[in-house]
Amino acid sequence: MKLPDLAELAVRNLRESLLRNSLTTVGISVGVASLVAMLSLGIGLQQLASRRLMKSGLFDTVLVTSRRDLRNFGREEERGGPAPAESRTLDEPTRIEIEHLPNVLEAYPDIRFITELRYEDKPHLTTIAALPASAKSNDAFETVQGQFFSSDMAPEAILQKTFAEELLGRTPKPGVDETNVAELAAPLLGKELTMRYAQREAAQSAPSATAHDNAAAPGAESLADAAYSVVSRELKLKIVGVADLDPESMRGPTRARVFLPLKLAESLHVMQPTDLREISRAATDQPVYSSVSVRVNDPNQVRKVEDTIKKMGFNTFSILDASRSIQQFFKVLYAFLGIFGSLALVVASIGIVNTLVMAILERRREIGIMKAIGASDSDVKKLFFAEAGAMGLLGGVVGVALGWTIGQAINLGTNVYLKSQSFPPEHFWSVPWWLVAFAILFSFGVSLISGLYPAARAARLDPVQALRYE
Amino acid sequence: MSSTDRSARTSTAMIATPAIHAEQLCRHYRMGETLIRAVDGVTLSVKAGEFVALLGSSGSGKSSVLNLIAGLDRPTSGSVIVQERDLAQLSREELARYRLHTVGMVFQSFNLIASMTLAENVELPMRFAEVERGKRDSLAREALTRVGLQGRMNHRPSELSGGEQQRAALARALINRPQLLLADEPTGNLDSHTGTEIMNMVREFNQHLGMTVVMVTHERALAERYAQRLIFLADGKLVGDESNSAVNAADQAGVGGGRP
Ligand SMILES: Nc1ncnc2c1ncn2[C@@H]1O[C@H](COP(=O)(O)OP(=O)(O)OP(=O)(O)O)[C@@H](O)[C@H]1O
Ligand SMILES: [Mg+2]
Repeated sequence: MKLPDLAELAVRNLRESLLRNSLTTVGISVGVASLVAMLSLGIGLQQLASRRLMKSGLFDTVLVTSRRDLRNFGREEERGGPAPAESRTLDEPTRIEIEHLPNVLEAYPDIRFITELRYEDKPHLTTIAALPASAKSNDAFETVQGQFFSSDMAPEAILQKTFAEELLGRTPKPGVDETNVAELAAPLLGKELTMRYAQREAAQSAPSATAHDNAAAPGAESLADAAYSVVSRELKLKIVGVADLDPESMRGPTRARVFLPLKLAESLHVMQPTDLREISRAATDQPVYSSVSVRVNDPNQVRKVEDTIKKMGFNTFSILDASRSIQQFFKVLYAFLGIFGSLALVVASIGIVNTLVMAILERRREIGIMKAIGASDSDVKKLFFAEAGAMGLLGGVVGVALGWTIGQAINLGTNVYLKSQSFPPEHFWSVPWWLVAFAILFSFGVSLISGLYPAARAARLDPVQALRYE
Repeated sequence: MSSTDRSARTSTAMIATPAIHAEQLCRHYRMGETLIRAVDGVTLSVKAGEFVALLGSSGSGKSSVLNLIAGLDRPTSGSVIVQERDLAQLSREELARYRLHTVGMVFQSFNLIASMTLAENVELPMRFAEVERGKRDSLAREALTRVGLQGRMNHRPSELSGGEQQRAALARALINRPQLLLADEPTGNLDSHTGTEIMNMVREFNQHLGMTVVMVTHERALAERYAQRLIFLADGKLVGDESNSAVNAADQAGVGGGRP
């Protein structure tokens, strides 16, 4: 029998016992709805999580280091890369070259040093890091008390909450941290800090003792140039902001307690720990960086950019792997939610089996007639299959609509609750088109499987027996 | 289908080869300890174009023989050969095709599908035969017109009288132009007047379409009025096979409609 005929006969048969078939279809719809509801919740939560993570600026950043940097030896990223001998120096032209790679938004040197800050004549030793202007839109600095740097060269500082506490002489209570950042910031904003630091300066003096370290590294430059002097300097900084960051959860540039604008930090030529190894470069005009952070315009492009930079002869690191394990977690979550959702569908599919078996009993004679006038086993089988499939398809469509509605309702309800708790509304509910397609196909498939047994039973029905009794 | 060409020839050239030949045909049912011999070693031949009546008391095995010829059932032993095909050797699929194209069946209880209109009932075998949709409509209409039901095409069986239902069943049996018409007590549920109407139609199909007809009945009078041959069954065995001289003589004279 041809497909249009099958479909037509199936639909007319379903209409014959409308109530029973409708109830079965409703059962499927509820199953599909619960599946859709579960999965869309999972997907929505994942999207929420990854939106948050993307905003944190962690997932679109690649950290580039030179292969000469001995700290990186033995790191996993290094395997298969070129030997340190052929590696390149991470200097300003390289930084510009990286910045011009496709999909790269910016590439900025990581400047980080430990130095002394004086506040009201009391010295505090701390780690200072430079922030690029783009960090302003970073989620981590969105909540800053006060404001972001007025310019990239401004002698201004943003403090980490813990450092602000230290300056004010408060010790955070262990355990629950309920410090109000605004309260901390109020007495500090606009105040002055004095930073003492060591500046490198080109000099003609003899190589220092540490030059021996450098000699061990292959491809070292002539020791004749390898000279600089260290000059002690002071800089006054204005406190413009206090950031509420959890330093432990942060990586990369935010792992510091005081932040300076990037251009300002660069211009200071602060002596950094890595300078000892790049000692020969200290004399040249071009700065050499120990590491450069590269921001990529799309987290999906991170891997590609990383590969390109690796080919240039550098080591790279990104938190892509971390994001992958988060994805892993959500896969498991999907599986769980999916299994619970499918359970309802399985129960519904037992309803299909029941309905079709009932239909066979009821339509014994009809099946006998059809066989007597020439229907083959496969015609009868296909007809029951088509009926199961039609119920599955209809149940799937209705179920998706139902599931979507339930989801909207939950979303709405939760947001009303969030609002009452004065949280911003969140969109943690998502029904992507593929889920719609999947749910309908799944429902169709499950229904066909449910139809297997009834269809086979109907097909094997002996027409003589079926026609024998009234 | 070439049924009409074929049946035209049956009266002359193919008259020698039987349309149906059953040899030592048996159909036994095992009911626990006892063996029920519904059909027990029946050997018979029906010529192409012949009109044969199967007679016998209730439970003598008439319907069982008819179902074996129709390919609805398989013999326990022996063979049924219809138009040179041994039905016992056919697969389930082949048997279905045989029923679809070679056999038309009518039953005592009409066996129309209650949820379908007459037109849809008549159309159903064409769906199984995968006849084009466009053709089906006109063929169904034609068939129903032939049995005088052109006005009732969109009625359901329950809205019709028994005679009308049986006429619709006849139209359905003929729709794929089979060579064989098998009728199991077609007038059993009808009054004598309506029964005569149906029987006249069956005879018309036999005479003008050249169909071979095997009709089960327990009314000897009816059989004698229409069948060329009467075959008697008792306890699953063939107990008599007589030519009906009255009908044959009328056929010879080319009248056919001389009887009331
Ligand atoms: N499936 C079955 N199981 C057991 N016995 C059966 C079965 N089918 C038929 N029989 C037996 O076979 C015998 C012949 O039955 P059949 O229906 O052929 O008789 P019949 O001549 O058509 O009778 P009737 O005139 O009452 O229709 C009967 O005794 C019946 O009980
Ligand atoms: Mg019978």
